[in-house]
Amino acid sequence: MKTSYSWLQEYLDIQVSPKDLAEKIERSSVEVDSVTRPSDGMKKIVVGEIKSLAPHPDSDHLKVCQVDVGEDELSQIVCGAPNVQSGKKVIVALPGSRIGGNVKIKRSKMRGVTSNGMICALDEIGFEKDVVPKEWADGIYFLADDAKVGEPVFPYLGMDDYLIDVDVTPNRGDMLSIYGVARDLGAIYDQTPKLNHPKVEEVATPAAGKVSIDANKDLAPIYKMRIVENVKIQPSPRWLQIKLWNAGVRPINNVVDVTNYILLKYGQPLHAFDYGKVSGSTIHARYAQKGEKLTTLDEEEHELNEKDIVIADDQKPIALAGVMGGLNSEIDDQTTTVAIESAVFTPTLIRKTAQRHNLHTSASQHFERGVDRGGVEEAVDAAAQMMHELAGGDILKGIVTGASYDVKDEIVNVTLSRINHVLGTDLSLDQVTDIFKRLGFGVKLAGETYTVSVPSTRWDIHITADLLEEVARIYGYDEIPSTLPSGPTTVGALTEKQKLIRDSRHVLESLGLNQAISYALTTEDKANQFMMRESSETHLSWPMTADHTTLRMNLISGLLDDVAYNNARRVKDVALYEQGRVFYKDSADQVRPSEHEHIAGAVSGQLVVDPLKNAKNNSIDFYQLKGIVEKYLENLAIKGDVTFVATDRYPEMHPGRTADIMIHGHYVGFIGQVHPTIAEAYKINQTYVFELDLDALIEMPKDMDQFEPISKYPVITRDVALLIDKTVTNAQVLAQIQKKGGAYLKSVELFDIYDGKNLPNGKQSLAYTLTYQNPNATLTDDEVNQAFEKVQKTLTSELGAEIR
Amino acid sequence: MTLRDQLEKIRQERKQDIKDVVDLKKLDSLRVELLGKKGPITQALRGMRDLPADERPTFGQFANTVRDELQSAIETRRDELKKAMLNKQLASEKIDVTLPGKPVAQGQPHVIQQIVDQIEDLFIGMGYQVLSGPEVEEDKYNFEMMNLPKDHPARDMQDTFYITKEILMRTQTSPMQARTLEKHDFSKGPLKMISPGVVYRRDTDDPTHSHQFHQVEGIVIDKHITMADLKGTLELIAHELFGNRFNIRLRPSYFPFTEPSVEADITCFNCGGKGCAVCKYTGWIEVLGAGMVHPNVLEMAGVDSEVYGGFAFGLGPDRFAMLKYGVDDIRNFYLNDVRFLTQFSKKG
Repeated sequence: MKTSYSWLQEYLDIQVSPKDLAEKIERSSVEVDSVTRPSDGMKKIVVGEIKSLAPHPDSDHLKVCQVDVGEDELSQIVCGAPNVQSGKKVIVALPGSRIGGNVKIKRSKMRGVTSNGMICALDEIGFEKDVVPKEWADGIYFLADDAKVGEPVFPYLGMDDYLIDVDVTPNRGDMLSIYGVARDLGAIYDQTPKLNHPKVEEVATPAAGKVSIDANKDLAPIYKMRIVENVKIQPSPRWLQIKLWNAGVRPINNVVDVTNYILLKYGQPLHAFDYGKVSGSTIHARYAQKGEKLTTLDEEEHELNEKDIVIADDQKPIALAGVMGGLNSEIDDQTTTVAIESAVFTPTLIRKTAQRHNLHTSASQHFERGVDRGGVEEAVDAAAQMMHELAGGDILKGIVTGASYDVKDEIVNVTLSRINHVLGTDLSLDQVTDIFKRLGFGVKLAGETYTVSVPSTRWDIHITADLLEEVARIYGYDEIPSTLPSGPTTVGALTEKQKLIRDSRHVLESLGLNQAISYALTTEDKANQFMMRESSETHLSWPMTADHTTLRMNLISGLLDDVAYNNARRVKDVALYEQGRVFYKDSADQVRPSEHEHIAGAVSGQLVVDPLKNAKNNSIDFYQLKGIVEKYLENLAIKGDVTFVATDRYPEMHPGRTADIMIHGHYVGFIGQVHPTIAEAYKINQTYVFELDLDALIEMPKDMDQFEPISKYPVITRDVALLIDKTVTNAQVLAQIQKKGGAYLKSVELFDIYDGKNLPNGKQSLAYTLTYQNPNATLTDDEVNQAFEKVQKTLTSELGAEIR
Repeated sequence: MTLRDQLEKIRQERKQDIKDVVDLKKLDSLRVELLGKKGPITQALRGMRDLPADERPTFGQFANTVRDELQSAIETRRDELKKAMLNKQLASEKIDVTLPGKPVAQGQPHVIQQIVDQIEDLFIGMGYQVLSGPEVEEDKYNFEMMNLPKDHPARDMQDTFYITKEILMRTQTSPMQARTLEKHDFSKGPLKMISPGVVYRRDTDDPTHSHQFHQVEGIVIDKHITMADLKGTLELIAHELFGNRFNIRLRPSYFPFTEPSVEADITCFNCGGKGCAVCKYTGWIEVLGAGMVHPNVLEMAGVDSEVYGGFAFGLGPDRFAMLKYGVDDIRNFYLNDVRFLTQFSKKG
């Protein structure tokens, strides 16, 4: 809400600058979005008086005006506005001036005639088009006749005021009015704001004879009305228009403007009906009936349902209660009798109605946050009195009440020790009493217990904690000391699971992969790729975009999106890993998915990029990524052997270059090359990926590290080269060697693979180094030879190997 | 010429020869020539028996001196030549130390992870547990138990991805407050925990909005936890993450789950508090929300709010990272451009 600095000054003695005031509001009450002055950025715009005008020789619509701008000679200005008139005081932008939109005005020639500046309309000097009064929408603006020629126009239009735009939190609806802000500032600056209360000058005719009200108390706990007769509709006086347009409200006429003014001042939304357009004499506040329609003041037609609250006459809805009036009862130039509604509607119902019809008005926003239930009558009184004063209306006697109740102060208790206990302060009884009094609260003190009576103007305060906040903010958060929690010591440490997750990240980073964080919401298609198990999808019921509709069931697809983003930007070398959750559902009926930690990687291009030309190309391949996964799993020290089992069961993976990863026979994930057709679909280069069930890895038993003495006895090695069928895998050879290796075989290492020229078709050459060691004695050549012999034999007999 | 004169001559002349030798091989032949069995000194010593007996000792002494001198001259020269050779070799081995080092593979933690880890470590050091909760939450924990009943207007502040009416993508990490409060056994001591994680909002992605981002929730509940403790803790976070020259100011705010509620601003990164366009000329930048846990939240979780109370705060690592490193578009964090990810290796 744009709060006028000068309007506040009508009630308070403010000694600080608007900027400092705004800072004070921000530190003590609510956030301030900005402090602005409508004249900011504008200069040399003055009052001018049109002394005479003549038609432009070369134009049908332009006029050549002689304007008194307070200089020795009249200034000639060409003006095209249809309403330009001799004898009027107007807004003149002098040569060298700056007007709205940062436009600079120069002396110029318009179709050959010199023009020393420009006569301006309101929207040309920074007014939003939607606040300019209709009568000034299509022409230049006439200032008051007593405006002094040559002086800046800003004070005459309220443009020299400062507007503090406060961003009111949902609990502080009271700050959505000038009176509310004035009260709060009163508390902050220890002043009593001089708020005036209306005296209503009524005529003898009772209002009750004109109207009766039938209000559903569930919808409108308070519903009151006044009738004002014989109003003369005309534009509001300038002071009122200024207050409205500075608040961003378009002045309309002296009746509608009054209701808007009262809303700004008191925070009580009012609505004025043209009594002459109401059928019958009963006003109903009721639920809408199905099928009823209402065209609101913005000329939009709404189909109503049974949950909407309407104000209706005997025949039809005449307003969407608390949101917007109906066009069918609008105040117009012919209106003579006005029914002013001042009511309280149930916040949740208003909120829903506003949402349903996507009609969020100033009134609905106020009702949603609540209004001062004790101020309903004062608001309607003030409005009626103003209509009397500004529109010459006769106020009928009495307020007609359809629903009401006795609004009482809220009684809340708090002790001084509680205040100091929670705030960490050392406030005295007097200090706290003073704060409550400044806030306008009633205070009774017994011992150290305060019984605080909170007036209806602060309807947000109900419990002790609310009072604590009041004390804290008025005392000042800056004054509260800084300490750290004391009390019993607690142990802070990561859990085993958290440590393993962190370690996992560190290991993969040390192996060259960068951590990525991708979107967990993806397309249904991608959510279903690279699946490690069967699962139903989890869909958003109302997604925002087609790209993010479904919860991921794999991490790889997100990483491939990342690879694609990089590839598209000519970043060819991408090495990423992600640690995060996937979401599984055992069946489509399961509502809430289970969440599982996974860890996955994707590498495309080179892991290590050596820019030197003679460095060899190290584009990622299966074995390089496998090395990373092996090293990672080795770091986790999971008990049991890690094996890689060829598989073609993933439709998104290369059928000949993919392996399931097993630990001690348990499936924990997979690794391999992304299928070329999938890579094409993602628009990525050749990419290798892996995904692991991190939860499973965390839960598997781990090897405990135990020192093993380093043997002082020498090792003996033997090399064996095999010519063997290509279908025989390294794993098979290793298994066979291990099986017959004997007690002293310490390790076997593949040191050469060859399947090139000079070999018979379908054959490959594999060469291994076997290392023997006896931890307790020196091995003899004989012992080793015997063992080695056995290995060679078994390889020949079991795997058909030819020893070379 | 006497023997002595001959020796004297050798001493004079050959010393210079030794000095003039330029390679080790020649030096070695010279050594053999001068000091070998057929060399002049050996010869001279052999000829000594022709001398009168009384001259022999003096001459012998003289011959030995000459031999020692030559020997030592050869040694010196040998050392010189060796050194020169080594220097020559070293000179030939000179490399361009400004050529690039051999690249090795090393990855980096995501910048948001760095911030989260930093926060975790800070709080672990102060005795907090780190807990993580489900990302797919129940309305009950995400809203209702956080004092946000179904029709609460503050729900409008958070646009929510619903899966069903009761199940949603958590919009905040706050539900972990409720979940932990429900479980915590206060007879075993205070509750001090932080809960980092991913949260989701129904937002259109743009430079300042992301439908997915991170939050770290913190809560401390005990018999005597104060607003002053909250202020001190928030100051500590600011100092840890940004440095000691950063200050915190608290402003009143509103969250349904805390009362009093505050928003914490930190000294503007850009201008250091003087006021600039980044901080809208206030010198301050809003970084987190906090407050004293609302009694309703405690009571709904079965905690006696008359006895126990404390503070809670929620901060956004994404926002912190944007402010700390001047990142101007939040989407950078989730697109994983390698050129972006690898910028944040420094822990400063």
